[in-house]
Amino acid sequence: MSTPTWKNPIVQWVDHRLPIVTFLDHAIVKYPTPRNLNYWWNFGSLAGVILVVMIGTGIMLAMNYVPHTSMAFDSVERIMRDINYGWLIRYLHVNGGSMFFICVYIHIFRGMYYGSYKEPRELLWIIGIFIFLAMMATAFLGYVLPWGQMSFWGATVITNLFSVVPFFGEAIVQWLWGGFSVDNPTLNKFFSFHYLLPFIIFALVFIHLWALHTHKSSNPLGIEVQGDEDEIPFHPYYTAKDAYGFGVFLIVFLGFTFFAPNFFGEPDNYIEANPLVTPTHIVPEWYFLPFYAILRAVPDNFVDIWGILPVIIPAKTAGVIAMFASILVLLVLPWLDTSKVRSAKFRPTYFWLFWLFFIDTIILGYIGAKPAEGTFLLIGRLATAYYFLHLVIFMPLVGKYEKTKPLPDSISAAVTAGGSDAKEGS
Amino acid sequence: MFKKILIVAFVTMLGAGITGIKSSPVQAAGDVAHPASQEWTTDGLFGFFDRKQLKRGWQVYSEICASCHSVRLLFYRNLQEMGLAAEEVKKIAAEAEVAAGPNEDGETHNDGELIVRPGKAFDKIVSPYPNDLAARAANAGALPPDLSLMTKARVNGANYLHALLTGYKDAPSGFKMSEDMNYNPYFPGSQIAMGEPLSDEGVEYADGTKATVDQMAKDVTAFLIWAAEPELEDRKRMGVKVMLFLIIFTALLYAVKRQVWAKLH
Amino acid sequence: MLTGVKEEKGMAETASTAEGAGHESPDDNKRDFLLYSTIAVGAAGTAMAVWPFIDAMNPSKDVLALASTELDISSIEEGQSITAIWRGKPIFVRRRTAKEIEVAQATELKDLPDPEADKDRVKKSQWLVMIGICTHLGCIPLGQKSGDTKGEFGGWFCPCHGSHYDTSGRIRKGPAPKNLAIPPYKFIDDTNILIG
Repeated sequence: MSTPTWKNPIVQWVDHRLPIVTFLDHAIVKYPTPRNLNYWWNFGSLAGVILVVMIGTGIMLAMNYVPHTSMAFDSVERIMRDINYGWLIRYLHVNGGSMFFICVYIHIFRGMYYGSYKEPRELLWIIGIFIFLAMMATAFLGYVLPWGQMSFWGATVITNLFSVVPFFGEAIVQWLWGGFSVDNPTLNKFFSFHYLLPFIIFALVFIHLWALHTHKSSNPLGIEVQGDEDEIPFHPYYTAKDAYGFGVFLIVFLGFTFFAPNFFGEPDNYIEANPLVTPTHIVPEWYFLPFYAILRAVPDNFVDIWGILPVIIPAKTAGVIAMFASILVLLVLPWLDTSKVRSAKFRPTYFWLFWLFFIDTIILGYIGAKPAEGTFLLIGRLATAYYFLHLVIFMPLVGKYEKTKPLPDSISAAVTAGGSDAKEGS
Repeated sequence: MFKKILIVAFVTMLGAGITGIKSSPVQAAGDVAHPASQEWTTDGLFGFFDRKQLKRGWQVYSEICASCHSVRLLFYRNLQEMGLAAEEVKKIAAEAEVAAGPNEDGETHNDGELIVRPGKAFDKIVSPYPNDLAARAANAGALPPDLSLMTKARVNGANYLHALLTGYKDAPSGFKMSEDMNYNPYFPGSQIAMGEPLSDEGVEYADGTKATVDQMAKDVTAFLIWAAEPELEDRKRMGVKVMLFLIIFTALLYAVKRQVWAKLH
Repeated sequence: MLTGVKEEKGMAETASTAEGAGHESPDDNKRDFLLYSTIAVGAAGTAMAVWPFIDAMNPSKDVLALASTELDISSIEEGQSITAIWRGKPIFVRRRTAKEIEVAQATELKDLPDPEADKDRVKKSQWLVMIGICTHLGCIPLGQKSGDTKGEFGGWFCPCHGSHYDTSGRIRKGPAPKNLAIPPYKFIDDTNILIG
């Protein structure tokens, strides 16, 4: 790295001792970026912004929240009623959580469509999956804090998942609870971890960005950058584009916050937790629904049907394994995808597979919100089977046998030829 | 080839999904009547509180509902924000008896009787029962739920409440009623422990509004919307301003983005 | 909330000036105008968005509701004091004797480290209402109970560092710089005061 000199003497003085200005100049000003990124590439930075919003509002909420079973619910209502603008801060936090997942899901699907996870960006993708896992943990822990009915029963159901661990199951669950049921010790530690995890996410995001900046952004064409004419500096092009995307995003985010703040929520969570009464219909937050559907999809007689697995694995265990597997399998996606071509633009078969997979996850989400019985269960099972079929079987096979379309010579060639992405880009 | 298999698989799944929705056993079993949508002043982008209606609703609550249902998250001072005069709030609060706390000798009870003082604006609105067990004991085992968040704590809360309050009927022939229960098609299971609470002229409105069951149900529901979301009016007013700002700001950002990118081509 | 935008726009500003130097074009003025107005709108939005977060740390509505205390003083005899709590602080209410009043009123201002006439410290000369916190380092002075040491001037005495207050609660001797503070209060009627 050549050290640039800065005209402003103060900037120069600081930069000579701590090259932070040079670093920022490299990372977000001169940072060379493919010139053909479309709006789907906005969602990474949007997720970063919403993370900051979540941490900011979360710190404000923690100033008045009381992590005690007898006061948690009322302290949240005190925030809503008595703290100046407390309702705004809490609703920002509540809807921000949903927005965070929307951004990250779009970000993940964008990566899948354009094959962004492929060599040399496998680790970038894997770190992203870890961020996603940390987000899920944080969201789950946070949902428990208001100590409503869904908080309590969600915590009970999810912590009970760990009882499937052989031999140590019960000990682990008691350890998670700090007692013999979800109670005050559980709430206290959940609060502690809910406050801690976002900072771990923050650190992971920096590692994610480090990996990103090592090989730079992928692009909609999925071909490598070949020269200066393929790239433009991040600033002002992508700062301007990200800022515009952020404006649109804020309209959606604040639209929900001000006009439908409980749209993503469950009415039952405005009833204080009652360990003696289970709500008739327990559903997790919407962003967990596909995984919840997979959890419940495994048949009771799973072991009999297949006859291969050792009989000691009961259905409950298989369901839990399936749910965790559905996320963890994404870690090896870069190797499951055997195609030489990245972008679905040039992969006619994968194009269809991608959209089927996308619809499959939507169906799983829909099924997750419905009771696990009758036709819903059947669809849930089919969709679960397809989820794994897509990732484990179709991805490797299609990559091998698919006849791909010819790739353009370079990004700049495609852009000057008036490719659709050039239009999207401008 | 692949494409065909996939399309067939997809269509099959979609078909199964649609039949699934239709033949869902839960939809079939859930014979809860769907509440009709009412008009609320709080609806929409410009929703607001009708203060006169809130006062009427408070009257219905305090004269009828309050004998069994608490609004434990509300303070007397909140009634002033709702639209009552400070003096009125003071009077309402003073009618309530609040535990006075230990006296100079450290006693909280005098001959087994709780030592009380008149309520103040900063006190929480006193609940009809000291605890849930007392509430159950007084209501044949049924617990009258707290109403402070009711419109948020039920699906389609406001319309549901209105429908429930106006929906009492005689049970259809053949419907097996449990003892001491009342038929109401809007309540899950159609049997509710609460007797029909409203009857025509159940209260006498100071503003001369005719106290029909429908009117009282609307008024008390409006009051409960306010009780659950006292910030609603401020929230929507602020929201409209924020949206206007964001639309202008985003349009500017779009213009900047266009100008910046125009240099490229 | 809008901080992200502001930062991004802030960077846009530096870069466009830097680039503008490189290749000047007729469009540049128009672009600068648009850019600067966008930055201005963004900065205004950020400033407005920050306010709720600052205001959230101000006293909340439930705290403010308890910010004034009504006190019944009818049971206090002449020469007696009571200590009440207001906003978490002790409030000294003393029904002074005629002699105490006379001494307080007769004291010359030049004898006082923090000159203040007795009539400026009371609403009714019989009733002295003060915040009972020593103005030196925040201890609670003695002198409320009949057996307490009242210091050399017959008022209050702070045992921490030996500050002496007179029968009007004014500092007379010792390290404290100021007289005991008077809270905002008013007589609702003859026997009730509202503090705060």
